[in-house]
Amino acid sequence: MTHQYPALSAEQKKELSDIALRIVAPGKGILAADESVGSMAKRLNQIGVENTEENRRLYRQILFSADNRVKKCIGGVIFFHETMYQQGDDGTPFVSMIKDKGIVVGIKVDKGVVPLAGTDGETTTQGLDGLSERCAQYKKDGADFAKWRCVLKISENTPSALAIMENANVLARYASICQQNGIVPIVEPEILPDGDHDLKRCQYVTEKVLAAVYKALSDHHIYLEGTLLKPNMVTPGHACPTKYSAEEIAMATVTALRRTVPPAVPGVTFLSGGQSEEEASINLNAINNCPLARPWALTFSYGRALQASALNAWRGQRENESCATDAFMKRAEVNSLAALGKYEGNGDDSGATGQSLYVANHAY
Amino acid sequence: MTHQFPALTPEQKKALSGIAQRIVAPGKGILAADESVGTMGSRLQRIKVENTEENRRAFREILFSSDASINQSIGGVIFFHETLYQKDSSGKPFPDVIKDKGIVVGIKLDKGTAPLAGTNGETTIQGLDGLAECCAQYKKDGADFGKWRAVLKITDTTPSTLAIQENANTLARYASICQQHGLVPIVEPEILPDGDHDLQRCQYVTEKVLAAVYKALNDHHVYLEGTLLKPNMVTAGHFCPKKYTPQEVAMATVTALHRTVPAAVPGICFLSGGQSEEEASLNLSAINQCPLPKPWKLTFSYGRALQASALAAWSGKPENKKATQEAFCKRAQINGLASKGQYIVSGKSDAAAKQSLFTASYTY
Repeated sequence: MTHQYPALSAEQKKELSDIALRIVAPGKGILAADESVGSMAKRLNQIGVENTEENRRLYRQILFSADNRVKKCIGGVIFFHETMYQQGDDGTPFVSMIKDKGIVVGIKVDKGVVPLAGTDGETTTQGLDGLSERCAQYKKDGADFAKWRCVLKISENTPSALAIMENANVLARYASICQQNGIVPIVEPEILPDGDHDLKRCQYVTEKVLAAVYKALSDHHIYLEGTLLKPNMVTPGHACPTKYSAEEIAMATVTALRRTVPPAVPGVTFLSGGQSEEEASINLNAINNCPLARPWALTFSYGRALQASALNAWRGQRENESCATDAFMKRAEVNSLAALGKYEGNGDDSGATGQSLYVANHAY
Repeated sequence: MTHQFPALTPEQKKALSGIAQRIVAPGKGILAADESVGTMGSRLQRIKVENTEENRRAFREILFSSDASINQSIGGVIFFHETLYQKDSSGKPFPDVIKDKGIVVGIKLDKGTAPLAGTNGETTIQGLDGLAECCAQYKKDGADFGKWRAVLKITDTTPSTLAIQENANTLARYASICQQHGLVPIVEPEILPDGDHDLQRCQYVTEKVLAAVYKALNDHHVYLEGTLLKPNMVTAGHFCPKKYTPQEVAMATVTALHRTVPAAVPGICFLSGGQSEEEASLNLSAINQCPLPKPWKLTFSYGRALQASALAAWSGKPENKKATQEAFCKRAQINGLASKGQYIVSGKSDAAAKQSLFTASYTY
């Protein structure tokens, strides 16, 4: 612990930090288009479309064909491996289509969850083997950031100390390897919303998990200014009988982050989890209006919450493509406003009535 | 790790956070007047004054009876046990003298260092036994915050992992006990400036130490909004051949804090260590001018750097009372300005000279 053996040169640090700042520039967030083949199966199944490579290509093309308005809303796109090497109808590689709009290309690099024996159904995430070589290749092929998702869940006995520690450690190893290869690691310790726990419980667990994550990042000599965090918002479990306002969710979320995420982290890009498109936007907007001081950018890294309407509009029909792109563009613009705290909502008066709910009793 | 057993009620949290905010209100810092009997011995010997209880009382009385306007620069005073129960010449208890000026009373709580066997001369801190009862009594007797100083040193082989972890743990236990009794804990993990190491080495060690401290505070369920941090500034060792400017010290210091101290901590009150009065003020002012985001107050908790001139002016003679107070008030005002980044020494070509040094080649 006494001597520094610098992990990165000054130039490497600058490059990483610049990439991170570009992704979370004011009003911008991330399109998480990195659904695996299996996840795409579920999405396509819901709109009655067959899960073929061509259909997945056609669908991503819809998103990537958005016009220049998208530049102001989207700072980065996360790709799945297959998609990195696909092209548009005219032969333009998807990676080029995105980079030409000035948007940063990212790549999902984890290889899914595996069980932790001796726990109550908890998991860690695999993907470290050969990760360095894969990162080097992805960097050559156009990627400047990566994503790795760890999963924790809240129940009577979970998350256990082992699950928290092991997932924090594996996230730190991944982050270290990424940075060595000029790739900004997005660190994603997702705590699932499954369960009937209340807001306070989620806040408590989120604080413990994030404290462990940042201790692990420090232990592994990670350059925080060249990372991004992708956490869950602090919300009650799906089956919790108590309902909370967007302001309560915002206050719990920002409080948890203020207690654990060092100011050196340039941006926090929330996952949308099981939230609807509108919910995810309203909550993000409330977070950006929270009266506590927030030293990092607070923005989105949404999958379903950016794509649900687009998928529905498309339904696999070529003639619906332009309509589907518009549906995506609309959510992108809404979330861009939310990332600036300027989203007025869907016509309901959430603007005015929202204000009074900041003084909730719930002790954070 | 799964269920919260709340350590504090909302009322307790509010009280602690209110005290912390008052101590580090804009333009204010702390007078560390908690020198033990032995340490006062060293100070008094230098001005050839006998180390008697009456002399110690007399000196503290001169400081504490300064004009009430001192409360614009001083938010808190740390007492030594003996001093808390002494009175001024009119029979008024010192805590009341301080409180009547609207200044918060604090108390040193640790009982000095104890060796860590098997290390290279490293130590931990004792004082946890009966600490709860002590805190309860001090709270009744007028104290609202506590101070506990852990000590680490930089050499070829130190600080060791054990020293970092053990000192972080005792700091967290002390903080937890304080909060249970309504005292705001000032957490002081001092890394000594002894040695010939450079600025970068001190920054590295400071980052590791502070990461461990905040992980320990989290593990021990300490309410960060009701704490203060008293760290060393990041400086080169006393015997380092290379000299650094206040701007370099500032950048290294704020970078280290930026990477480790959560925004929830309301204030950081630097110790002055071996710095001269002027050095300590210039460095603090440069820190407050550092262009990095600073979500916590950055102020002073100075002992020698507030009292050196005052001690010299006094020299044990009652007729020097006015001169002593003037010397003390002058340093207090200067440091108040420094805590707002407004202490500029005239005659130096400030803006330009400062600017160029922020872009130093040395990688933070």
